[in-house]
Amino acid sequence: MFLARVAGTVVATRKDPRLEGHKLLLVVPVDPDGNDDGGYVVAVDTVSAGYKEMVLVVRGSSARMADGMDERPVDASIIGIVDSADVDD
Amino acid sequence: MDLARVIGSVVCTQKNVALHGRKLLLVQPVTVEGQDTGRPLVAIDAVGAGAGERVFYVTGREASFAFIPDHVPTDASIVGIVDRVDLL
Repeated sequence: MFLARVAGTVVATRKDPRLEGHKLLLVVPVDPDGNDDGGYVVAVDTVSAGYKEMVLVVRGSSARMADGMDERPVDASIIGIVDSADVDD
Repeated sequence: MDLARVIGSVVCTQKNVALHGRKLLLVQPVTVEGQDTGRPLVAIDAVGAGAGERVFYVTGREASFAFIPDHVPTDASIVGIVDRVDLL
């Protein structure tokens, strides 16, 4: 999984029917300090994340294992809102 | 699988219900010599690893197999604590 920051939303009227009712967010990967790591990913939100929040994103076929995502065409799911990401000294 | 060092932890109060009760750790991939390589990632701990320990982790769909019969949405799982690596 990787840490990311919610940078925006993606709206699609026409989409796979198995995606209907699921919020799509644009997330930017970040390091544990919250600095941008480059790139972006469109991810399905399963935890009601909001703009600018740091989130935990799972990629690949494991994204379908998030509760509510079974047999849906997704390869990136937001599965947690990060309270803290601590790096030990 | 790849080698890594546990460098920290991640706490999420609000998370997918399939993640409940799982420990999230920050791991830094390392080379056989112990040098950092690449970006840190978040992995779910399946073996009780702790801070600073050298571990190996599995990525991709197979990462969730560490928790069978539970369905855990993970693409990186710590599946071993490294005692020693011997290059022959």
